[in-house]
Amino acid sequence: MSVPAEREPTTSAPVPALEVRGLVKHYPGVKALDGVDLVVRQHEVLGLAGENGAGKSTLLKALVGLVTPDAGEIYVRGEAVKLRSVVDAANHGIGMVFQEQSLVPNLTAAENILLGSEGAAVRRGVYRWDVMRRLAQEQLDKIGSKIDPLARTDTLSFADRQMVEIAKVLRIEQRSQHPPVIILDEPTSVLESKEIETLFAQIRRLREFASVVFVSHRLDEVLDVCDRVTVLRSGQSVGEVATAGAVPRELHRMMIGSTGSDDHYHENAAGPVEAEQPRLSIRGLSGSSFRDIDLDVAAGEIVAIVGVHGSGREDVCRALFGIEPTTAGEIRMDGKKISLPNTRAACAAGIGYVPAERKTEGMVGPMSVAENMTLTKQKARCAGPFVAPKKQAGLVDRWIDRLSIRTPSRDTPIQRLSGGNQQKVVLARWLIGGDIRLLLLDHPTRGLDIGARSEVYRLMRELAANGVATVLLADSLEEAIGMADRILVMNDGRVVTEVACPNGGKPSPLDLVKEMV
Amino acid sequence: MTVESGAAVPRRNSRRGTAFRDAGPPVALVVIFSVFAVLSPQFRSIDNVQNIVDAAAVLAVVTCGITFVLMMGSIDLSAAGVMGASALTVSLLVANNRNDNDFGLVGIAAAVVLGCAFGCLSGLALVLLKVPSFMATLGVSAIGLGVATLMFAGVQPNISDAMLKSWAIERFLGLSYLTWIAAACILLGWLVQRYTRLGRYAFAIGGAEEVLTLSGVKVKPYKVAVFTLAGAFYGLGGVMVTSQLGAGLVQAGNGYDFSAITAAVVGGTLLTGGRGGILHSAVGVVLVMVLTNGLVQVGVSPYWQGGVEGLIVVAAVAAAVIPQRRRNQVVK
Repeated sequence: MSVPAEREPTTSAPVPALEVRGLVKHYPGVKALDGVDLVVRQHEVLGLAGENGAGKSTLLKALVGLVTPDAGEIYVRGEAVKLRSVVDAANHGIGMVFQEQSLVPNLTAAENILLGSEGAAVRRGVYRWDVMRRLAQEQLDKIGSKIDPLARTDTLSFADRQMVEIAKVLRIEQRSQHPPVIILDEPTSVLESKEIETLFAQIRRLREFASVVFVSHRLDEVLDVCDRVTVLRSGQSVGEVATAGAVPRELHRMMIGSTGSDDHYHENAAGPVEAEQPRLSIRGLSGSSFRDIDLDVAAGEIVAIVGVHGSGREDVCRALFGIEPTTAGEIRMDGKKISLPNTRAACAAGIGYVPAERKTEGMVGPMSVAENMTLTKQKARCAGPFVAPKKQAGLVDRWIDRLSIRTPSRDTPIQRLSGGNQQKVVLARWLIGGDIRLLLLDHPTRGLDIGARSEVYRLMRELAANGVATVLLADSLEEAIGMADRILVMNDGRVVTEVACPNGGKPSPLDLVKEMV
Repeated sequence: MTVESGAAVPRRNSRRGTAFRDAGPPVALVVIFSVFAVLSPQFRSIDNVQNIVDAAAVLAVVTCGITFVLMMGSIDLSAAGVMGASALTVSLLVANNRNDNDFGLVGIAAAVVLGCAFGCLSGLALVLLKVPSFMATLGVSAIGLGVATLMFAGVQPNISDAMLKSWAIERFLGLSYLTWIAAACILLGWLVQRYTRLGRYAFAIGGAEEVLTLSGVKVKPYKVAVFTLAGAFYGLGGVMVTSQLGAGLVQAGNGYDFSAITAAVVGGTLLTGGRGGILHSAVGVVLVMVLTNGLVQVGVSPYWQGGVEGLIVVAAVAAAVIPQRRRNQVVK
């Protein structure tokens, strides 16, 4: 405190609060960050935009010390720093409000605000509640929040909890002598529109004494609240836009980039769709996070559902497999009304589900390829109540061959296979019974490299040609457009539009994004 | 022990059922007490009520310890072994028929410190060797019983220390000294839970451990400290049993591990952590004692008691998780 803070020369441009140069981060099989550059000026609100998988979350994690980059530099007020932990980042004045709200639900708001930096509120391990209340109140006053500091956090509304998080993150001012950098990761995803307004007012106030990095899927929000936007794509910064006068269309174009030209999606293999009677027909399906969904999928048709995080499309998919409960609506398979109270009923109806989280929900890692493949359709490998080893071996080998699964043997633990081959085994699980009528694919190519993706696409085409109906939640818009015969756009739990997507008459990603946000 | 499946949508009514759960055990206590009081004149006599409270003393102290561990979402099965070791330690250090020691209070303190050491061992195994608390404490219990057996060496040490013996016999305001010690432990536990960082962090660890880590809190030392604190309570429990029996027995803590978990859970402490507390557990202890005593008073054979206690714990846990049940929830 005694050392006078250095004054910035008023004539030249001030040093950026935070600067990132050429940040690189590899994960097995994926290059999450590929030389990202980013500049956060003092007292500005910088927007960060990009599609899923563009590298936003990895970049943010690197900025708060949760991820160690493989290469590149981070500068705080012109000084190169290494951030090894959240505390490290806080000491440099960088704090983040995490996407999933990160408060301890069973503590008071005051404890959460001061968590890990209680200061005078705890003397020799003993709480002084009056001091704690006062210190927390000071934080809440900074953002003008009226919450009772001693209220239990899980009794507060989402919006109030967000205020608590911001109040908490502002504690880093105590650790660093400089204006802090506050990162808000998708802060609006759980808020109502009124609450969003309050949050934005908050962000504008924060700008007075801090720099803010604001991340959101909703581009109108980004344009509304930010001074400048940096767009990420495939782990690189692809553009920077001053928001004054900018329109979402420009940003969309940057986010999406140019599309691949070759037949990555095997579009020529897309066959005609028989449409006398839909294979799957749902009417007015409602659940906790979606309402009045109508959807028809014909045999041999691939229908993609697109939407941002929180649009409810994952829940629709899970409801069709009997995981998510529904409150109203009707589901028909080949004209026959069915109910799906549980996953068993879905399997019996000829529905197959490939979950997004392959490693935790899609497969049993230490078990063999054969075990994983026969997990659901036990009858196919059994004679009476017993496993028939020869029958199983023949069956599994046949499918390993048909799907060209590269594995040392059918007895190899599935976790030793590459991601693409694992996914083929997961798919084969639904095919071996020969009774599959509808496949629900939840991000089937997540985490796969280009070659493996292409093989999964080829397989999807083949299944469609054999009359399997497919509902696809694609990893990217490109994938949805490339694979689907028809696309449903979901927003806020409802289907907002339906776009025909025939080979040769594909819509542009821009048309879809407009409806999504 | 409960794993959420898939991406759970944040739900606004996450407090649903909490009021019910907090009010449940005291209401159940009043109802059960009234039913027994109507059914049996002996049950409602002052003498019997004193009996119930006195009989609850040791269980209350052990439950205080286990409550902190359960609040973190861990489990502790070491009570029986730690109590055995502490019982033998104290009976060999105070005036007894096996040796010439007569350390009095110092001997008692030593037994409590031994309990701390065992608790610390459980905690270290958990955070350093990453042994799940279930196995770590089961192992420590076996070690405790082993140490106790070595000290027992085939000859039962009978204590002659006047002060320690008086704990179980002398009364103040109609209740035995042991009961007052238990009351002091409950007060102490409550103070720790409400006014110390240790207590609040134990609670927070059970609520959302990752959040603590992301806030720069090092949780490991707190985990070890909580197990150590629990060990102290078990050590004191072993001393109290020795006072009641007038002798140091390896089996001093027999059954207390399970009874204490039962009492804590019946009182409203969740096995998944983050809910409940010392006062909840105190109600749970009295509830369990009223049930066991009441069943005997109305003529149910004591042979039934073990089974009944087991039924209660399963029923209590089932009632506690009803508000949070979801489809396809994975429970391990």
